[in-house]
Parts: sequence; structure tokens; C-alpha cells
Amino acid sequence: MSNVFIAFQDNEDSRPIIEAILTDNASAQATYPTGLVKIDAPGHLVIRRETIEGLVGRSFDLQQIHVNLVTLSGHIDEDDDELSLSWSN
Amino acid sequence: MSVDLHTREIKPLRNTFSHTAKYVGNEKPASRYQEATLDTQPTDNFHYRPTWDPEHEIFDASRSGVKLADWNVLRDPRQYYYATWTMARARQQDAIESSYDFVQSRGLVAKMSDAVRSKACEVLMPLRHVAWGGNMNNSSIGAYGYGTPFTAPAMFHAMDHLGAAQFITRLGLVLEEPAILDAGKDDWLTAACWQPLRHYVEDTLVLQDPFELFIAQNLALDAQLYPLIYGNFVDDHIAMQGGTAVSMLLAFMPEWHTESARWIDAVVKVAAAESDGNRQLISGWVTSWADRAQAALTPVADLALGSVGVVALQEARDALDLRCKKAGLVA
Repeated sequence: MSNVFIAFQDNEDSRPIIEAILTDNASAQATYPTGLVKIDAPGHLVIRRETIEGLVGRSFDLQQIHVNLVTLSGHIDEDDDELSLSWSN
Repeated sequence: MSVDLHTREIKPLRNTFSHTAKYVGNEKPASRYQEATLDTQPTDNFHYRPTWDPEHEIFDASRSGVKLADWNVLRDPRQYYYATWTMARARQQDAIESSYDFVQSRGLVAKMSDAVRSKACEVLMPLRHVAWGGNMNNSSIGAYGYGTPFTAPAMFHAMDHLGAAQFITRLGLVLEEPAILDAGKDDWLTAACWQPLRHYVEDTLVLQDPFELFIAQNLALDAQLYPLIYGNFVDDHIAMQGGTAVSMLLAFMPEWHTESARWIDAVVKVAAAESDGNRQLISGWVTSWADRAQAALTPVADLALGSVGVVALQEARDALDLRCKKAGLVA
């Protein structure tokens, strides 16, 4: 199965997002190329607003991830509660 | 001559300060909140005891009856340190500014009936002084409390109270002439329905135990006042009668109350869980101050909502009791 990936700038704002992704996606692997955090996952990856909110302790607008989002691959399915990447149709 | 550029990744050996790592480990970088907050309380080698309080060191955990082995356990779930807190409040301020633009550009205040406008002023203007009391009390918690995770958010909370007082003032200036502020102060000082609440606020101003003050102000009083006034009165009662503008201009208060309740509940929960002694002490404070706050708010509820005021206040009290129960208090 092909990997999907998503990469963020490695900074304070990205930290809860990364943590949430690693919590919600058991098979996801984070690597740290200089200045970035890149997360690879086989086939499917999901970012959940609720998990991030639990980590930051306040409300979070999923659109905020775009400030620090660098690149991604996979088909995007996005709504207010989650953003998922996958190679399925 | 040619120059080759290479990128070389350098892994830091230490991910955070050792005093922070003591709490969160060194496996991954600590967050700014953790670095700015944990174990930053000065603990040793103080110069001399303050002349105004020779019983205590200048920073002294024994000012409170609540005993904790380590005050760094009282963390803020919102993880506010100065930067995140100011950014969150700046966003809220921007939202209120655009509400002001909206209300003023459409002349929404002039569309309210005189009765609704004067009712809103009558109930809300004296609350500037309650909010100022909240500012003083939380400053006091920040000054005499122990442990940065507890005192830093208390200071933020103090400034939030000041912001709330300013929003009320600004609302008064939009709804009426500046003399309305003096009228509110006059009611606060002389009108019979405000005196029990003024008595409550003034008694909390001289409380010595920072944790008791935290309970009396942030939990017992605010948890009943805010749902009653900004929930039942402003957002339901006044808005239903064509005063939506008031509700828009005070939108910060209910939003902030919901947000800060998470911090308050977390502090109470952790402190009470540490020992039975703490639990009983805090439960006793909650019960006695909440009873007194409810009694003090009864004439205010009546002024704001008439005969249904008592019911609304009881609902707020029940919600407070539920919060305490979830936080593991016996009350």
C-alpha cells in the first residue's frame, strides 16, 4: 500500500497537531528533516479536531493547520471535524 | 573556486532545561508552556522576611491551608503562558471590535426600546465593580499564591476580569450618556439589592488564604454570577426583548467563562485529589462561599429577571454543584 504523508514546520504551533496525528494514527511515523516534521502513514491518515482540542485545552479551528502546513500527498477529504488523506477513491 | 553547500542535521543532546525535564522527561522537546511555567517558582535563598508579614517568607506555600507536596501539579489545561494568552485575547478583542462596528454602523442601539436599554444598564453597570473585585482578588492570588502553574493563570485571570469591567463600561457609554457609570456606582453603594453582593465582594478582598480566595471568587461567585447574568439575563431575557446588541457587545463574557471554567475545575480537582485534608478543606470553602454567594445574588436575580430570577439562580447553583462533584469534592 502506498504511503500518504503530511509535513509541517517544526515549531510550537505544530506540536499539538503532530501529537494528535500520532495518537489517532497508530501506524504513522514521524521523521524530522531539518526544520520540518514529516509524517508518513500507509494508505490513510486522519487529523481530528477533537484530539487537538483535547491537547491544547481550548477550541481549535482545523483551518489553523494551514498556517504551518508545508506539503502533503494523498486525496484530501476535509470537513470541520477532520481532515483525512488516503489513496482510496 | 566552487563552494559546496551541505545541509547537516544537528540533533540537540538535551531537549529542554533539566528542571523542566524533571517533570516532562527529555525524550521530546518540551512545550513553551511547560518551559515557561514548570518549576519556575523561586523557592530558596530569600533575603529577609517581608516586614509586612514576618511570619512568612516572601514566597511561602504555608500561606494556604491547602497542602501540596509539589505546587507544580496545578497545571492549566489551556496551557496559557504569556504569548498564547495574549494571542487568544487579542483575537477575542478583534471579534468584539467588529461587533461594535456592526452595532454602531446599523444603529442597533437606537432600535432598542428605552425600557430594555435602561433595564440592561440598571443590572449591568454595578457589575463593573464586581469585575474589579475579581481583578483585585486574582491579583492577590497571583501575589500570595505559590507555584507558577497556579499563580500565572491567576494573574491572566485578573487581567481578564479587568477586561470584563472595561467591556461593561464601554457598553454603558454606547447605551447611555457617561453619567450612567456614576448611576451604576451609586446603585452599587446605596441600592438595597446590591448590598449583600457588595458585602460579599468586600469580604473576599481581605481573605488571606490565596486558595480560599480562589474558591470564593472564581468558583463560588463567578460560577453563579456569569450564567445568571450573561446567560439568563443578557443572552435570553434582554435579547428576546430586542436587545440583541447588548448580547453581541458582551459576547466575551460567556465565552471567557466557559473557557476559564476548565482551568478552575482542573485546579480544584487536582488539589482535592492530593489528600483527604485538602478535599475537606476545599469542600467546606465551596459550600460556605457558594451558599453565601447564592444569597447575595438572590436580590440581583430578582432585579434582573423578576420572579423567575430565583429559579435561574438555582439552576446556576445546581450547575456549580455538579461541577464540584465532577471535580471530586464531597459537596
